[in-house]
Amino acid sequence: MDLAQLWFWIVAFLFVGYFVLDGFDFGVGMSLPFLGKDDVDKRVLINTIGPVWDLNETWVIVAGASLFAAFPEWYATLFSGFYLALLVILLALIARGVSFEYRHQRPDDQRWKRSFDWMIVIGSAVPALLWGVAFANIVQGVPLDEGHNYIGTFFELLNPYALLGGLTTLLLFFTHGVVFVSLKTEGEIRERARRLAVRSGILTIVVAASFLVWTGLAFGDLWFWILAVVAALALIGSWLANFRGAEGVSFTLGAITIGTAVFALFAALFPAVMPASNDPANSLTIENASSSPYTLEVMSWTALIFLPLVLAYQGWTYWTFRKRVSRSHIEGTEPAEPAPASGT
Amino acid sequence: MNEWLDPLLLARWQFGLTTVYHFLFVPITIGLATTVAIFQTVWTKSGNVAWLQLTRFFGTIFLINFAMGVVTGIVQEFQFGMNWSEYSRFVGDVFGAPLALEGLLAFFLEATFIGLWIFGWNRLPKGLHLATIWATAVGSVLSAYFIIAANAFMQNPVAFQMNQERGRAELVDIWELLANPVALAAFPHTIAAAFMVSSGLVIAAAAWHLKRGQHLYAMRRALKFGLWGMIVSGIATTFFGDQLTLAMVAAQPMKMAAAEATYVTVCGADASFSLFTLGTPDGKTELFSIRVPYLLSLLSTHSFDGCVEGLNDLQHEYEALFGPGDYMPVIWVTYWAFRWMIGLGVLHIVIAVVGLWVTRKGRHPKQKWVWGVAIWSFPLSLAAMIVGWIFTEMGRQPWIVFSLLKTEAAVSPNVSGLDVLISLVAFTLIYGILAVVEVRLVVRAIKKGPPEIAPPDPETGRVETHSTVY
Repeated sequence: MDLAQLWFWIVAFLFVGYFVLDGFDFGVGMSLPFLGKDDVDKRVLINTIGPVWDLNETWVIVAGASLFAAFPEWYATLFSGFYLALLVILLALIARGVSFEYRHQRPDDQRWKRSFDWMIVIGSAVPALLWGVAFANIVQGVPLDEGHNYIGTFFELLNPYALLGGLTTLLLFFTHGVVFVSLKTEGEIRERARRLAVRSGILTIVVAASFLVWTGLAFGDLWFWILAVVAALALIGSWLANFRGAEGVSFTLGAITIGTAVFALFAALFPAVMPASNDPANSLTIENASSSPYTLEVMSWTALIFLPLVLAYQGWTYWTFRKRVSRSHIEGTEPAEPAPASGT
Repeated sequence: MNEWLDPLLLARWQFGLTTVYHFLFVPITIGLATTVAIFQTVWTKSGNVAWLQLTRFFGTIFLINFAMGVVTGIVQEFQFGMNWSEYSRFVGDVFGAPLALEGLLAFFLEATFIGLWIFGWNRLPKGLHLATIWATAVGSVLSAYFIIAANAFMQNPVAFQMNQERGRAELVDIWELLANPVALAAFPHTIAAAFMVSSGLVIAAAAWHLKRGQHLYAMRRALKFGLWGMIVSGIATTFFGDQLTLAMVAAQPMKMAAAEATYVTVCGADASFSLFTLGTPDGKTELFSIRVPYLLSLLSTHSFDGCVEGLNDLQHEYEALFGPGDYMPVIWVTYWAFRWMIGLGVLHIVIAVVGLWVTRKGRHPKQKWVWGVAIWSFPLSLAAMIVGWIFTEMGRQPWIVFSLLKTEAAVSPNVSGLDVLISLVAFTLIYGILAVVEVRLVVRAIKKGPPEIAPPDPETGRVETHSTVY
């Protein structure tokens, strides 16, 4: 495996990190209207991801920058080609990001809070859908000219296969987030989240299975099928664990589902990075899209040294905030006693 | 209709708009992260609750700005690929590396530890919690370094070789790229200027309360901190600005000529610096000017008898080198941006010195306008920073990477003018709305004043805080 191929998998890893992590906080954001009966509930929901949503979102910035550095041609083709889709994602991420910080700035203004609640919901649902659409289109291939520029239209990106991909990520992230809520809360809201995850889980299994089968039949190789089967088993396992009330197991298996499914898509893509649907000669591959060996070497050293460090301190963050959030933390004006240590 | 749908023009407007907007929050957050870290350190060492109040007070303002900095920063990274795909293909091998380094080394650090700081008040031991705000501050400064190193490549391309077959620039030495002379001077200049901005904010917030005679104990301390911070960072900004001028003259003589709007090469006493000039809009005819002899020579070469190349001579030189074309940036923009940057910078040092004098030994000026001037020192210091950035970026035109790639050749060939127009309108709208919301929130947070805090529990040393924040 040469460095360019290694970087193909590092980029895949960074997107896995992004979808697993931001995936569940997209899900929490989308669950506000379903699980948040009143303002206190909503604050419980938002506080479950409060300490981590920002670092989760950073994964897309690092994935994007790594794409830029390791595969400039891929980055250029993808970002200029999916122009309007990315614009919509950006607007959604802007609305969502400021909402977490601004919602609580005017505690007594209900209209103010409601507006930001909707911005969180829409700002979470839109990227969850569109990232799936984008990745399905990448796997499927798009029309490219000899200069590797996308020559299709915005609406060509909204084809049935890609929309099914989008629906898959939307539902996967939603269920992943709802399981996270049941893992991080207590009392009635925890029970409500568990029941919702059981219902949404069934829908997720059906949609995700159709998407994976379609992908496999059209583009899959052996590695794709192996990873896809692992993803499918993990998804079913996640649903069963949730059904039996083992939230931690359910959440872990959900993360494995998203991780292996994303890796499966990259396996289906390999060794192309952006197949040209009109003429295979115009396809972008790992070879013709990657940076020079020297740049890849510099990047490899950096990743080798700093990625483990990043994973360590981010893991520590999750450990620090491992305790459940409950209504009593929100309503009460009492000083923050250490929350009851009711497992994670 | 069609000239309104020129993708190049619209993409340039979009880059200008989104960059300037993002850059409002960058200096505020870089400066405030360190300021808040210092306040919290003083509180930890002294136990004086006033410093904790200031930590919380400026911490809130910091977070309001931080959220905006993060979300507008993603736009910056994405738009290189969206609007400037030919640029990305051409320099990705070189330019991408510092961006990736920023993400891995700096941005993760900042984003992770800010979460730990906000939510960690009673979860983490005092010392460790203090370390989280310092980690955030270090992350933000590191982040600035990598971005400035990337930008310095556009001003002064180093550490690359051309790959003719692939038609792109390729990195040959990462250390040389990171040690670009323009980056080495621009980084401390920018960081020091960011501290001028945060000092301006501290001065303004403190002055607002002092003018009304409230929260005197904490705010007098904040004011003094801000005034000294302004003087120290102002002197540092000037010193490194001078270093940056030397690096700029060496790398981009056209930018210096444009900063002074000097059309012919001048030496010695003739190389004068104009404080103010009235001329025709194209800058070619001068009607009236106040000039300081030798100053331009001193600024550009650090000697009395140095020469500064004029725009016309450089234009001929570049035509011979790069072929026919217009190699001058928009002169009136560079000329006035350069002056406003320096003028406002000097003004702030003067304001801070006078401020220290009129409040010496606990004196409290009764005149309202004195406090008014102090309050204005924040928006004006921010304006100085912005015009400095506009000068740097517009002075680089018509090049996107100086001497290697013109801006007009860098734009995405497959993105229509309509697409860019749609996104330009969308960003303008959402940025406009957020600007109103953000300014109101900051003003509200300032008016609300520092929180009342009971002295810490003598046994645990802990201060009353809630475990949930949002």
